[in-house]
Amino acid sequence: MIVQVLRRLVTMAVTLLIISALVFFVIKLPPGDYLTNRIMELRATGEASSVAKAELLIRQYGLDRPVWEQYLIWVGLMPGPVGFSGLLQGDWGWSFEYDKPVADVVGDALWLTLLVNVTAVIFVHLVAIPAAIYSATHRHTIGDAVVTVLGYVGLAVPGFLLALIMLFYANRWFGLSIGGLYDASLTNRPWDGEKLRSLAAHLVVPTLVIGLGGTAAMIRRMRANLLDELAKPYTVTARAKGLPPTRALLKYPFRMSLNPFVADIGNLLPHLVSGSVLVSLVLSLPTVGPLLLESLRNQDQFMAGFILMFVAALTLVGMLISDLTLVWLDPRIRMGQR
Amino acid sequence: MSGLTESRHFVDPAPFAPDERGDTPAGSASAWRLIARKFLRHRLAVAFALVLLFLYALIPFVEMIAPYGQARRDGDFLYAPPQGVHMIHEGRFIGPFVYPYRSHLDLDTFRRDYRTDTGRPQPLRFLCRSDGYDWLGLVHTDLHLVCPPEGGTLFLLGTDRLGRDQFSRIVYGTRVSLTIGLVGVAISFTLGLLFGGIAGYFGGVTDAAVQRLIEIVRSIPELPLWLALSAALPANWSPLLVFFGITVILGLLDWPGLARAVRGKLLALREEDFVQAAELMGASPARLIGRHLIPNFMSHLIASATLSIPTMILGETALSFLGLGLRPPVTSWGVLLNQAQNLAAVQLYPWLLLPVVPVLVTVLAFNFVGDGLRDAADPYN
Repeated sequence: MIVQVLRRLVTMAVTLLIISALVFFVIKLPPGDYLTNRIMELRATGEASSVAKAELLIRQYGLDRPVWEQYLIWVGLMPGPVGFSGLLQGDWGWSFEYDKPVADVVGDALWLTLLVNVTAVIFVHLVAIPAAIYSATHRHTIGDAVVTVLGYVGLAVPGFLLALIMLFYANRWFGLSIGGLYDASLTNRPWDGEKLRSLAAHLVVPTLVIGLGGTAAMIRRMRANLLDELAKPYTVTARAKGLPPTRALLKYPFRMSLNPFVADIGNLLPHLVSGSVLVSLVLSLPTVGPLLLESLRNQDQFMAGFILMFVAALTLVGMLISDLTLVWLDPRIRMGQR
Repeated sequence: MSGLTESRHFVDPAPFAPDERGDTPAGSASAWRLIARKFLRHRLAVAFALVLLFLYALIPFVEMIAPYGQARRDGDFLYAPPQGVHMIHEGRFIGPFVYPYRSHLDLDTFRRDYRTDTGRPQPLRFLCRSDGYDWLGLVHTDLHLVCPPEGGTLFLLGTDRLGRDQFSRIVYGTRVSLTIGLVGVAISFTLGLLFGGIAGYFGGVTDAAVQRLIEIVRSIPELPLWLALSAALPANWSPLLVFFGITVILGLLDWPGLARAVRGKLLALREEDFVQAAELMGASPARLIGRHLIPNFMSHLIASATLSIPTMILGETALSFLGLGLRPPVTSWGVLLNQAQNLAAVQLYPWLLLPVVPVLVTVLAFNFVGDGLRDAADPYN
């Protein structure tokens, strides 16, 4: 088991490395970079001292070198002008836009992103599992039809629009402040009870919006799985020998139908993270979403690169956890045989 | 016991000739006919397939259906609310007509107020002359299905910030929004067939490499990468080039699902008896692939492709909404929704949110049709 977990970790590291190359390549696609653009701008306004500073930054971050060298320096596989200092060494680079280290700019946004996504995953499971069980055991009833229709609509509604509308009504009916993850007046406060309460209240809309699409997909898939299991002879046997209905449902078929469900987290997570980025933009949540869009627009390459890497790592770690849960849930699954 | 031995089987005296009786057994109809038969039994899927057919059939006639040209602005009617079409004026049926708007500027709120003048019904004109256009780029004409009344306006779904008719723009947007999904899927379909085919056909190291590649692409959240890629589209590209750029971007990240399906099917089918039989009978690899393998999984592929079109339509909508997707004057539903980005729209001009309705209908339709196709794809099961 431990060997297999280690093997998975190594695979994950390799995957991350490849993703980092992809990410860096994509970010470097647009011609020029932040500093050269800035230098041209400064030259035009005639600020010689700032030009000197920007040129210093270019040399310090090796932006004058070939792209592949820049990449290796960024990851930390090659010594840059200041020695080995890249993602691997824990140096997340410099944000040119903010003129601060990326670590300082993203700060709280990292764990708030994590929080939003974890809440969404929990929400999806809390809603999807009971709904799917109900829908599968009450087949061809009005309740089942309602769940199915809601599921389809959930797939079709664009999240950003739903976010806007819900934000509007959350403000009108419950007096929640527009946007953000806590009331604006609490921004500079330490994390005390009031701020946490405000955070919880503000989490509702994003969680609903981000989770909706995933919930719909999960309900549909789990319902189909459960229906398959319910039709199998062992369920009939369990009922025939007199197990109470709830136990006959939860003990065997439910457990079996959970399998593909957990395995499906691999599909769910990228979607949730994607959705959270989009919804964060609309709701101006202090997560990495708005920072990503801004840094992409300004070619703030290290910041954009770091955020993309963070988002990818988040997804991969989530998948790893889901795989481990799967092994725990179903001892027949052998890791490493895939 | 004696009862059983005495009972005799009923034997139909008529000769067995399945074809004459009309109910052909499953074995003799072609696979595609069976698929069609099974699909037609799925009422909802058929209904939505008709909706889609209707929408796609509209595409060539967009200019004719829209009462206004897509760039036509009316400075007197900014943010005008939707104008209702009525039939009965003062208890008398006079055919479809609208009441004209009288606009005046409210100096307290600095908003335009629109009052309906219910005294003057203005009948609509049908098959009439209005803004000119080049139909399919060939014939210059100015024929429209419906036009605003003489000297009046026809804003079925209201107007936007610049006084452009929302209904006409949604109709124009149909063209771009519906094609972008198809072109994107065509790209991802090609890539999926190629990669999946290579992996499934060669197996071994190639297979492992493609598998890893699929896993990597699948594990990256789409939207951030779409954002990064569309941010990389040069700013000096023409809107049309940007349109193609966005389509390629949407298609580029979608192929892993299809590739996986192709590979899985190829690997499973390779072991089937009929493939071995064909091989033993001397079928060439080309015949094997073209005659025996592809028809067997094509139906599945079409089903999965149908199910991935909604993702692309929603993706385009999201990108354009954020201002990183298509650029005006290209009009798509996402570009239209870009105007509804702030809360003022939700509160004051809710009709700006209406382009979401066609998005919803199309995505729902593709989902239902895709589900129906998927259920029908394996008619022998």
